[in-house]
Amino acid sequence: MIENVKELLKAHEGLKHEVYLDLENSSTVPKEVIEAMLPYFSQRAYGNPTLTHKPGWEAFETIMELTQKIAHFLGCKTLEEVNFTPGETEANNLALIGTAFSMKDKGKKLVISEVEPISILHVTELLQKYGFKTTKVPVDKEGFINLEKLGEVVDKETILVSLSAANHEIGTVQPIKEALEIVKDKNSGTIFHTDASDAYGKIPFTVKDLGVDLATVSSYKILGPRGIGALYVRQGVNVERILEGQIGTQKLWPGVENTPLIVGFAKASELAFQNFENNVNHMQKLQDKLLAGIFGRISDVKLNGPKGDRRAPDNANVSFLKCEGEALTIELSLSGVYVSSGSACTRRILQPSHVLVAIGRNFEEAHGSILMKITRYHTEEDINYVLDVIPKAVERIREITGSTGVE
Amino acid sequence: MSRMPLPYNPKVLELFRNPKNLGKMEDATVVAVAGNPACGDMITFYLKISDQEVIEKASFESYGCAANIATASIVTEMIKEMKLEDAWKITWKSVAEAVGGLPSIKFHCGILAVGALKRAIRAYCKNKRLSPGWLPEELSFEEKQALEEEELSRILSKRMRTEE
Repeated sequence: MIENVKELLKAHEGLKHEVYLDLENSSTVPKEVIEAMLPYFSQRAYGNPTLTHKPGWEAFETIMELTQKIAHFLGCKTLEEVNFTPGETEANNLALIGTAFSMKDKGKKLVISEVEPISILHVTELLQKYGFKTTKVPVDKEGFINLEKLGEVVDKETILVSLSAANHEIGTVQPIKEALEIVKDKNSGTIFHTDASDAYGKIPFTVKDLGVDLATVSSYKILGPRGIGALYVRQGVNVERILEGQIGTQKLWPGVENTPLIVGFAKASELAFQNFENNVNHMQKLQDKLLAGIFGRISDVKLNGPKGDRRAPDNANVSFLKCEGEALTIELSLSGVYVSSGSACTRRILQPSHVLVAIGRNFEEAHGSILMKITRYHTEEDINYVLDVIPKAVERIREITGSTGVE
Repeated sequence: MSRMPLPYNPKVLELFRNPKNLGKMEDATVVAVAGNPACGDMITFYLKISDQEVIEKASFESYGCAANIATASIVTEMIKEMKLEDAWKITWKSVAEAVGGLPSIKFHCGILAVGALKRAIRAYCKNKRLSPGWLPEELSFEEKQALEEEELSRILSKRMRTEE
């Protein structure tokens, strides 16, 4: 198996240009972030922040100062509201399971939408085994949650509602504030969680403005290192721990704090926020260029998700008809353009992306989908290269498709 | 639902990059299809068969992943100049072997390719009103599997639509 991968990599030798657009599935970490992290592995603050020695106190000081920074970007009231976890998946698990544990006597109902990430979807499936019930609110053709339905399904038994602030696959920016008002109107005791991983650093918001009880943010989604994220827990909201062990500075996550990763996360946040408007404008400009280029050069394509400012500035998700997505990702990779697909072929099961199916895409449209995300580091030249490569790749895969599948 | 790394071997990659016998055949004696766009996997075979029941030419078109393309292409190579009776004996395992092995979640691509081949042979015999002794009435494993995959994707896509 490893031999095959070595051969696959050899087939990529001699690439003139490479453009990484698969920011949904992992990130490239900028030099500034790596440099900020390096001293914290062995030069300073390498101690355990709960212990009584200099390296420990340094770690404590570092973690508290950086928590303050992230709390500021999120718009938190206190430091204690920021709880570090090893990532988005863990923060989502903590939000849902931790709330289910703390609220189990108040009700057994959870409400999510049809387009939530797997780390929400699968956790609700797990909780179903333990007596909790989940209702999925439908979305429209652009992925916006049906607020009327949301109002109908939330009742006295509903302990938690979880809706992503910006959709991870199709970039839909949800009306979280409106949704929250509807939910709290029906049941003021319902805990409102939002996975804001795709909004943080890309869409202006604060947890205070939104009024949410819980919010997930992730480091790698803003070009920080993998392995670190955080759950915002509003002061006064009770979430129970889902793991037990040695408790340190993080009351909701046991184990020794990973100071270098916290440093990286904070640095990545700082870089995303220090020129926030410029960064967003840059992403938006390249997003427009990429989408206009694809639609101008290739026939039979469909945009997945909304247009304009109701779409996250980094997200481009396009379905190429008569062009199977996995084959297209390989063809693009051989030319140095790295993307992912919602095709069933990239997954273990026959079904394609549940998000694309939820917005009414048929299976063929979902199988031919490509997800790309733009960062502030991409250049016009990168997008020009991508726009040169994609039409050729689509044309070649469509040549293989030929008349197959034409009724 | 998690994603898997797919360590395709060099043979699969080569057939994906430079597929042999690709394209529609205008003078085909028989055309057969397996899979459908909803599965994300579909293969069309075009065969030119002589009166002596020998496959003179074979070509394919494929809507699917790299494994799908590679297995379809290798089948068209394997059956060239072959008697129908011998082509019928090809199994999905021999196809998987011929492409240097497939990741287990891609076995169904090999099965679909052989399913399409066997459908083509069956269709040819039916058109010519032939019932040779080597052609069983019961569907082969690959034909059954192809049917099953098509049926499953039909049910899934129908269920998705009604859920809306």
